[in-house]
Amino acid sequence: MDDALLRLESVSKHFGGLKAVDSVSFTMKRGEILGLLGPNGAGKTTCFNLVSGVYTPTSGRIFFEGRSTGGLPPHRMSALGVGRTFQVVKPFSSLSVLANVTVALGLRRYGGLFSSFARFDTPEVRSEAMRLLEEVGIADLAHVKSGKLPLGNQRRLELARALALRPRLLLLDETFSGLRHEETEMLSKLVREVRDGGISVLLIEHNMKVAMGLSDRLVVLDHGRLLAEGSPRTVRADPRVIEAYLGKGDASDAS
Amino acid sequence: MGEYTITILIFIAIQAIVSCGLNVIVGYAGQISLGHAAFFGIGAYASALLTTRAGLTFWAALPLVVLITASIGMVLGMPSLRLREDFLAVTTIGINFIVESVFLYVPFFGGALGIGGIPSVYLFGTRLKGVLFLYMCLAFLAATLAISWRFTRSWAGLACFALREEETAASSAGVSPVRFKLTAFVIGTAMAGLGGALYAHQMRFISATDFGFPLSIMMMSMVVLGGIGTLWGPVLGALILGALPEIFRPLVDYRMLLNAAVLLMMIRFQPEGLLGEGGLLRRILPGRGGEGRG
Repeated sequence: MDDALLRLESVSKHFGGLKAVDSVSFTMKRGEILGLLGPNGAGKTTCFNLVSGVYTPTSGRIFFEGRSTGGLPPHRMSALGVGRTFQVVKPFSSLSVLANVTVALGLRRYGGLFSSFARFDTPEVRSEAMRLLEEVGIADLAHVKSGKLPLGNQRRLELARALALRPRLLLLDETFSGLRHEETEMLSKLVREVRDGGISVLLIEHNMKVAMGLSDRLVVLDHGRLLAEGSPRTVRADPRVIEAYLGKGDASDAS
Repeated sequence: MGEYTITILIFIAIQAIVSCGLNVIVGYAGQISLGHAAFFGIGAYASALLTTRAGLTFWAALPLVVLITASIGMVLGMPSLRLREDFLAVTTIGINFIVESVFLYVPFFGGALGIGGIPSVYLFGTRLKGVLFLYMCLAFLAATLAISWRFTRSWAGLACFALREEETAASSAGVSPVRFKLTAFVIGTAMAGLGGALYAHQMRFISATDFGFPLSIMMMSMVVLGGIGTLWGPVLGALILGALPEIFRPLVDYRMLLNAAVLLMMIRFQPEGLLGEGGLLRRILPGRGGEGRG
């Protein structure tokens, strides 16, 4: 097994004629926070859906911990150690916050016939779920219906739910969008703690300040293709990246 | 209790059992099924055939009946893996019509004449009829409720709730949609099979038209009326829709109209059912219902 946690080899995903992701290759190291950037429609979320198993690549290969995983369904990817959040939050709305996290704690029990019919409402499971809620700071909301939470807390809940899987790779899809400044600070700190705890983080982020501040390395996509890769400093100075975000410095583009 | 009242109560108990099964599929796992009467029928025909042709007793046949119905339920539950909501609803209606036609046109199932001469149920040499048969049905209803309740406290039940709420998020949290949708279909149709067996031995004569699409709608109405996804909702629904036409005799001829009116009123005023979130009876009876919804 090599040092790479995640490796994409010329991965493409086409929807009819649209090349949402077009022959993208990059590698992610263990213990790294890697930022995935790009303008709207660049293919970032499609990339996430490929890595987490929601989509099967049209072509190319994806390796997680040295194992080819392209085409495995999401529940298999979560068992292999990939946790994720969603750009548009997807809480189990009518279930309590506590139950939401408990669902993910069941990961090791859903496989067996007997273990899947064991009771989930045991004190051990409850305290494990509470510990995760405390970690993201919403323990006091444990018994509230998750659909009733404001967006910021739903994002924290999704993070707790992903962490409950004890993943080795965490995919954060715009977890910071729509959050207040203090919430962003709090979550940034949490993401660093998560990484220090041994979980590698791949994140999509529109807030440049957050993305630059958090990431060890950046990968920039544009129109489904890899545009640039490197440290935040080099990527920020890359003229191609500036052009993709701001357009060419040409008067005819001003409209 | 008069003989007539007992008969009505037996039918209510049987329909409550079958509706509990539908509730597992629709209420817990969120998979629309408008063909539940088909599985009720499969259970009835399986028990009728095993006791009349194979010569088994009711008790020897019962485990086989449940097994047969649940196996067919698993196979016919497979459309739920690819279809969502309205498409699944239409497909399950189709399944109901196909199963009914098979019973009606395949000579093995007695054709239009149905199957008669289904033996009575004996327990320790005593023939269970009238109030004794009612007690047996109530015991099975209690067992069905116990299984339903236990299911809502199991990892499998929790997995089903997650699938009902958000399938993509559930699968990303480790829940296999295939496995747990089919689990719900197996448990739900097994309960329908049990109800079917009880029905066959109460009627002692069955025919295909007993298990048509209108009955599926009736069962769905019971679940919706009582409170979809609650433990006691299907029982309450079966009780109300089973008893109303008996209490108001002139309504018997307008049964379907009554059901439709009740359903529309529920959707308008009590979308979660009488025992569901914000339901009329939920407020009167604190701590009742709502299982699997909170």
